[in-house]
Amino acid sequence: MNPAHHGPVHTGKAVFQVGDDISTDAIYPGRFMATVLPSETPQFAFADYTEFNSCLKKKEIPAGSIVLAGSNFGCGSSREQAASTLKGHDLVIVARSFARIFLQNAINLGLHVVICPGIEASVGDELEIGATSILNKTTDRRYPLETLPPARQAIMAAGGLIPYTRQKLLERRSSTTG
Amino acid sequence: MGMTIVQKILARACGRKSVATGEVLEPAVDLAMSHENAALVINQFLEIHRGTGLAPKVWAPDRIAIIFDHRVPAESAKTATNQKKVRDFVSAQGISKFHDIRGDSGGICHQILPENGYVRPGTIVTGTDSHTTTHGALGAFSFGIGATEMASVWALGTVLNLEVPGTIKVEVNGSLARNVSAKDLILHLIGRLTAQGANFKVIEFHGDTIRSMPTSGRLVLCNMTVEAGATSGIVPADEETGRYLREVAGVKEALAVDASDADAAYDQVIRIDASQLAPQIARPHTVDNVVPVDTVQGVRVNQIVIGSCTNGRLEDLAAAAAILKGRKVAAGVRLLVFPASWRIYRESLGAGYLATLVDAGAVVMNPGCGCCLGVHQGALADGDVALSTTNRNFPGRMGNPKSEVYLCSPEVAAASAITGVITDPR
Repeated sequence: MNPAHHGPVHTGKAVFQVGDDISTDAIYPGRFMATVLPSETPQFAFADYTEFNSCLKKKEIPAGSIVLAGSNFGCGSSREQAASTLKGHDLVIVARSFARIFLQNAINLGLHVVICPGIEASVGDELEIGATSILNKTTDRRYPLETLPPARQAIMAAGGLIPYTRQKLLERRSSTTG
Repeated sequence: MGMTIVQKILARACGRKSVATGEVLEPAVDLAMSHENAALVINQFLEIHRGTGLAPKVWAPDRIAIIFDHRVPAESAKTATNQKKVRDFVSAQGISKFHDIRGDSGGICHQILPENGYVRPGTIVTGTDSHTTTHGALGAFSFGIGATEMASVWALGTVLNLEVPGTIKVEVNGSLARNVSAKDLILHLIGRLTAQGANFKVIEFHGDTIRSMPTSGRLVLCNMTVEAGATSGIVPADEETGRYLREVAGVKEALAVDASDADAAYDQVIRIDASQLAPQIARPHTVDNVVPVDTVQGVRVNQIVIGSCTNGRLEDLAAAAAILKGRKVAAGVRLLVFPASWRIYRESLGAGYLATLVDAGAVVMNPGCGCCLGVHQGALADGDVALSTTNRNFPGRMGNPKSEVYLCSPEVAAASAITGVITDPR
């Protein structure tokens, strides 16, 4: 799989834009839910946005490209395929806000998500994502980020929930046996 | 400053005196539920253990519930193989709360949990399904998570990535009119709050309408709180909760009951006069696109669905049967009925509801979720309009992006089945 992190500053181009309240049904339609493996889910990313899905499948979208979203991105179903399908293309999601379960799934899987409540950008813009703000290099305007609570940053820093839990599990075993 | 019910439950589960909104905590879990997506949870669970030298054993096999409901019986070899993998894991790990594809014990997870007494007030319930919010109806703090998060719960017995939610208090007073039900109330509330109005918050229900509402209605309310973005819904446990758990779920032991403190802090208070509420409907393609049903009266429909984790309970089938008794489903309309569990199937069979519905022209299906999310049975044609008692109507939700879905109560669904157009049941 692709690397979980793009470094302290990530520069990428916005390649796709969606509005508010984009549900997990739109990101990963329910009719593909029998497919669960992260190695297989990427083919169905934004399946009903046929043009963008076709670009993704033809590998025309470079890793680290940015999807711009409005508020409440990822609402609806808890299906984790919605995060793994985007992670599989190594996309970065910049949204005004995220729905709760999707945000957790994204952090748990190491999908690069950025909360930027005031972001203004369009497809084609080049964005420089820093630790506390995004610079839209095309419009030369800067927008502050909303940072994640430390407990969630720790999961991201560990590379996702699997290595994080593995570490916790080992710590617990050693504290009960030692 | 006082605490809300959920803050009290969370503090107890973390071994703390108090918790603050927005903190990310690691509470202990009382019940961890999954359905077919347990197949993915198993993968992630094994991945956690890889290279550690530790045997992959779940933390507490008696606290894990697995229910097959999304694609039952399997619609494809892939699903059947995933179900087999889960069955083998359940057997190897000794997971006792397992509900396979069986007429004597199966059904939809959000009905199986309450009717078997798996959910108790004051406990923490989590599930790999967004509608896990349902179980707040019994006074539990119950919320949905993803598969990897669940794998972590199976390994550790705690949720690692949970923020303490703020709370919206909803006070409902007055009597609902005839043929107006809990579904209309929650659709109205979602319309007011919007699809994100309760994001990262709990919706706590109060008022005399809620106190006099049976658990079946409270389950409908809490089920759909997630459609306003809520982490969960909760109804403070009371005499009715005790009655349901004793009489329906067969729970014998005494129940702990939490109440919010009088000075608990709420982010928002919403008051609703239930007596003024008309039947509601959510138009395509968002759940918060809610209007009184008469606004869309006369819209022609092709398929009507009564069922799901939202509205497939005995009371829902009774309401539909009462309206359809001696009547016929309009020509050109397909009415599909999915009881929420096989127990409800048998009870509605015994009460004559299923015969009434079939005589009217309905097709009674086996209990399951598949139709609601377009993965199993009841597919829609291009251009079809569906009217459904389910919980979501996003584009393509029922399997076809070229169809439309309206959401309503069982009463609106039944009345509309007779006329073939969206109809006010009053």
